[in-house]
Amino acid sequence: MRNIFLVLKREYLVRVRKKSFIVMTLLTPVLIAAFYGIIIWAAVGSFNNERKTIQVIDESGLFKNKFKSDANTTFEFISGPVASAQRKLKDKEQNLLVFIPSDIMTRPKGLQIYAAKNIGPMQQNRIEKIVQQELRNIKLSQAGITQQVIEEANMNVDAQTFSLNDEGKTQSSSTIAAYVAGYAAAFLLYIFILIYGAGVMQGVMEEKSNRIIEVIISSVKPFHLMMGKILGVAAVGLTQFLLWGILTFGVTTATQTLFGFNRFTATQEVLNKQAEQADPELKKEMEKSQSSTLNTVNRFMESAQSLPLTQIFICFIFYFLGGYLLYSSLYAAIGASVENQQEAGQFTFPIMLPIIASIFFAQLSINQPDGSLAFWTSMIPFTSPVVMMARIPFGVPAWEIALSMVLLVMGFVGTTWLAARIYRIGILMYGKKVNYKELSKWIFYKG
Amino acid sequence: MPNILEVHDVVKQYASHRALDGVSLNVPKGSIFGLLGPNGAGKTSLIRIITQITAPDEGYVLLDGERLRPEHIQHIGYLPEERGLYKKMKVGEQLLYLAQLKGLSEREAMEKLKIWFKKFDIKTWWTKSIEDLSKGMQQKIQFVATVMHEPKLIILDEPFSGFDPINANLIKDEILELRDKGTTIIFSTHRMESVEELCDHIALIHKSQVILKGSKKEVKDQFKEHSYSVRYHGTLESLPADFDIISHKIDDEQLNKANIRLIGDASVNALVGNLISQVELVSFHENIPSFNDIFIKAVGGEIPEEMTSLQ
Repeated sequence: MRNIFLVLKREYLVRVRKKSFIVMTLLTPVLIAAFYGIIIWAAVGSFNNERKTIQVIDESGLFKNKFKSDANTTFEFISGPVASAQRKLKDKEQNLLVFIPSDIMTRPKGLQIYAAKNIGPMQQNRIEKIVQQELRNIKLSQAGITQQVIEEANMNVDAQTFSLNDEGKTQSSSTIAAYVAGYAAAFLLYIFILIYGAGVMQGVMEEKSNRIIEVIISSVKPFHLMMGKILGVAAVGLTQFLLWGILTFGVTTATQTLFGFNRFTATQEVLNKQAEQADPELKKEMEKSQSSTLNTVNRFMESAQSLPLTQIFICFIFYFLGGYLLYSSLYAAIGASVENQQEAGQFTFPIMLPIIASIFFAQLSINQPDGSLAFWTSMIPFTSPVVMMARIPFGVPAWEIALSMVLLVMGFVGTTWLAARIYRIGILMYGKKVNYKELSKWIFYKG
Repeated sequence: MPNILEVHDVVKQYASHRALDGVSLNVPKGSIFGLLGPNGAGKTSLIRIITQITAPDEGYVLLDGERLRPEHIQHIGYLPEERGLYKKMKVGEQLLYLAQLKGLSEREAMEKLKIWFKKFDIKTWWTKSIEDLSKGMQQKIQFVATVMHEPKLIILDEPFSGFDPINANLIKDEILELRDKGTTIIFSTHRMESVEELCDHIALIHKSQVILKGSKKEVKDQFKEHSYSVRYHGTLESLPADFDIISHKIDDEQLNKANIRLIGDASVNALVGNLISQVELVSFHENIPSFNDIFIKAVGGEIPEEMTSLQ
């Protein structure tokens, strides 16, 4: 035990003092903050865009007043041949030209949009939607449905979701928040396992190619050396994770205090300013949409708070350790068996496969957190850490988590045993090209 | 002299070949013991068993009369032939780490290291990275790492490879000093001149078996051919049938030089008597085989005539 600790300590200190560790640890929260900043800036900035003018040639005459101008776009109905309008378009770059043919009712695919440059998919979608909506309205009213009914039928559905907790009380559940949290946790875990697993392999290869291994191995049992290294790197991972948490929180808080504003109020201010500038006619419309935006934000915040954060945190640490131990011991075995990076490649691929598959399963499971794919892949130890982390924010029955954890522990005990058998032979083997047959023989070698 | 290490009938089988086949040998306490043998003979396999890196399939090893146990690791210092250190680590930290792995506390390790750093006059290296040291300097550090925990038994595998003559001498003196303090040193090498110089006992391993062992004198006696090298003025007409003139030539100083072997129970005095009655003797000494000759003879069959005659 003393030796495991000594190896762990060395491994930890050497890695934590590395420049790359310090740079990565400090830079990542800054990058996250910057990423946030860009999103906010983009969100706020989009309101300040120049107004766009979209010209509409409506040969059918059905769309008068149907294209409503708003803060960013002005629709302008013009007449005259398309060709001349197209020529004008060339001069004023921002503008779009929409051409609605007279037979649009019978041939809806005849809608044409021209632009000097490219047409953004958002713009295209918006125009198509307006036309589609109008055509439908016309068809419906032709079928004898009154305008009033049509308007009433345009209901805005925005579901609030609830999940029943153990006491049978309903709790505002948080699909979006759970989605974000699940995906983030799964992805973080995936990255951590990959990076730190490969780190263990590098470390083992370094010791072998340095030839220090023979000196060390005459003082420390190979298993102790391997475990010390694996646990040392795990400690580095946890340190980085905690530092990221603290720094991200720190940077975010600092930014908010420094600029004296909260991003939601900022958004609101911009919206208000926008509303003042707009026509009184639009004002009402905008306030409505604005309140619904704020509503969504508030509900997201509220639901984020309803997430089982402590549980997510504890499970994250557990699944990180479990998944990492499972994979890193295999990585250690590979590092011990090969002599250079190229040779390592053929063996790392089959190990990376289930890790990569697990992030794929996690994406599928997020959409169906209680499906059978989600269930089974969160039980199999090779995929369970990543998949389970994706599911947990949605709420997973306690017995499933417990079972998955037990299986994971059994899984890493198994892989660690297997890896140790290969490791102890591999580290002293030089000048021999290994293959799977050779490796499987090593497992059964006596001490 | 009691034995610090006894190897009894050790067998080590790897998948397709038997690395050690019933190896037995005794290493007397306080000796410098030469473990000799051609490449691939099984020396490293035996060392790995003594250092408990691997375990024997059959047989056993006694250290100071006890079966090998994990605690014995701290009584053994091992300098492998293929050696290395953590390149990016500082010299001081690295040695402290290695000393602690050998069971020393950090403070003990610090005290011992101070003595060695003073002795080798390398105090300024403490904070240097290994990669900033020359190869010879690294070897010194490696030697310190091997001996700093004051083991009873030190195993050195080709310790002089990579050393310049000055440093090789420094290490040689250290080895002798350690021996004088009562440490036993096992010295694995195929450089016979250092065996000649340092070892008082040897074992020769060939094809997984010990083919020769004993003290320096015992081994040499075993390979002695009872031949004598004689230099003289004058002409040697003939010798009785008990004496066989193996070779004769005239050397650079225009002296006759002959190698004469005693056959059967013929006495040295009789030879000398015969010689002085015929020629004027300049020098007379017994041909004692070098370890080089012994090695080649034992491993590769007969020693070419030329080699013995050069003695």
